[in-house]
Amino acid sequence: MKHIKTLQTRDLKKSMKKGGCGECKTSCQSACKTSCTVGNQSCEKAQ
Amino acid sequence: MIHQYKNNGYNIVMDVESGSIHVVDDIVYDMIAALSHHTDRKQTNDDKIKDYLLEQLPQYDKSEILEAYEEVSYLIDNGSLFSEDPYEEYIGEFTKRQTVVKALCMHVSHDCNLACRYCFAGEGEYHGKRALMSFEVGKKALDFLVNASKGRRNLEVDFFGGEPLMNFEVVKQLVAYGRSLEKEHDKEFRFTITTNGLLLDDEKLDFINQEMDNLVLSLDGRKEVHDRMRPRRGGQGSYDEILPKIKRAAESRKDRDHYIRGTYTRNNLDFSEDVKHLAELGFEQISVEPVVAAPDMEYAIREEDVPQLLEQYDILAKYLLERKRKGCGVNFFHFMIDLTGGPCVAKRLSGCGSGTEYLAVTPDGDLYPCHQFVGMSDFLMGNVDTGVTNTVLQDSFKLCNVYSKTECRDCFARMYCSGGCAANAYNLSGDINGVYEIGCALQRKRVECAIMMKAAQD
Repeated sequence: MKHIKTLQTRDLKKSMKKGGCGECKTSCQSACKTSCTVGNQSCEKAQ
Repeated sequence: MIHQYKNNGYNIVMDVESGSIHVVDDIVYDMIAALSHHTDRKQTNDDKIKDYLLEQLPQYDKSEILEAYEEVSYLIDNGSLFSEDPYEEYIGEFTKRQTVVKALCMHVSHDCNLACRYCFAGEGEYHGKRALMSFEVGKKALDFLVNASKGRRNLEVDFFGGEPLMNFEVVKQLVAYGRSLEKEHDKEFRFTITTNGLLLDDEKLDFINQEMDNLVLSLDGRKEVHDRMRPRRGGQGSYDEILPKIKRAAESRKDRDHYIRGTYTRNNLDFSEDVKHLAELGFEQISVEPVVAAPDMEYAIREEDVPQLLEQYDILAKYLLERKRKGCGVNFFHFMIDLTGGPCVAKRLSGCGSGTEYLAVTPDGDLYPCHQFVGMSDFLMGNVDTGVTNTVLQDSFKLCNVYSKTECRDCFARMYCSGGCAANAYNLSGDINGVYEIGCALQRKRVECAIMMKAAQD
């Protein structure tokens, strides 16, 4: 496309069907402990 | 929902529900804004939409507009622009899901060898008495976790405090006990320890590097900033004593997870300088985060500080991009974003998991929804002997999600912060389903910066 560059992203709607295994980390186990940061986590299945 | 913004020379358009992100030129940027304002776009035929755009965008040539509209139409048709929200119906089903506990924050020490002024644990004691967790209590907590986690394989345990190194023998015993449970129960423990570094020595580091998946080391940044908020109990600063220990620990981690974790307050609203300081010291994994404090504390962040803090994130994003270009990139926790392998919608809707998947355990074995609720009697959930007995409270956390918060419905960042921190919401609004406005403003900015950085590196 000439005007638009789309970044590669996970299709969130598709993840409704296959997601929810619950094996991913809880957000506060990483570094924060004072705020909720979920978007920066990785899916265990996607790895 | 569409969110569009300009940052560092990039025009960015986010389609929130699909998760799609587009980097566009000026004409498409203006066109999407015009389409967002159209009152009946979906019911209007293509020719009328084109007439509308020609009228709305007089600064562009007709041929340019028609060409750009072809591209925009393609994205709309493939569901990556102006996509519908299917989640609100899904949320009803989702809130009925069965949750299992899969992570514990183990308060092995309600005591600390520092007297940090902003500590939400009140210098380690969590407003109770000083105490260390016994092995027996910790063992029961791990047994509880193994049983409560049912079919979940990966279990997380964070040794926290106070200062957990003040009870390191118990930490070692609990790690050994956890490992002994793995094979029999088909579980894998991922241990983390969060420390101020003061008691770190080679022996402890060897153990930590062998057993801990993640090591979080507290350091706020510049010496004067760190010492002001993180004094020893006698009042003197702790920077000079801990810096060599933390450096040694970070170097020894090699490619294993670790974070240099700082807190910024109203005393250092120029916190990008602290991140720079940490980067220049050679640290490569950095997390510097806003203080959590009652509004009447002099170091608490106020609403009038927000514009300066937003600017700081912009400065920081540019600085980090520049370092990356020079080949000395640094990872800043709050700018990390996994666009391709990030969490599924179920995770994004359920948030941090406090009170449902994640619990905190006190030295006496009491269970709370998370470390920030520890010591608040209204939030006592049970103990390691009985398990979770306050199921009403647990259900209230289970129902807490982005659709239970009115403010989140209109916020583009909801799929990245998942409704934010329940403890912050409670502390600042009196309700876990409330929001902490200042925290939200900072979160939105961090998401924007993180995505801009992805666009810059794409």
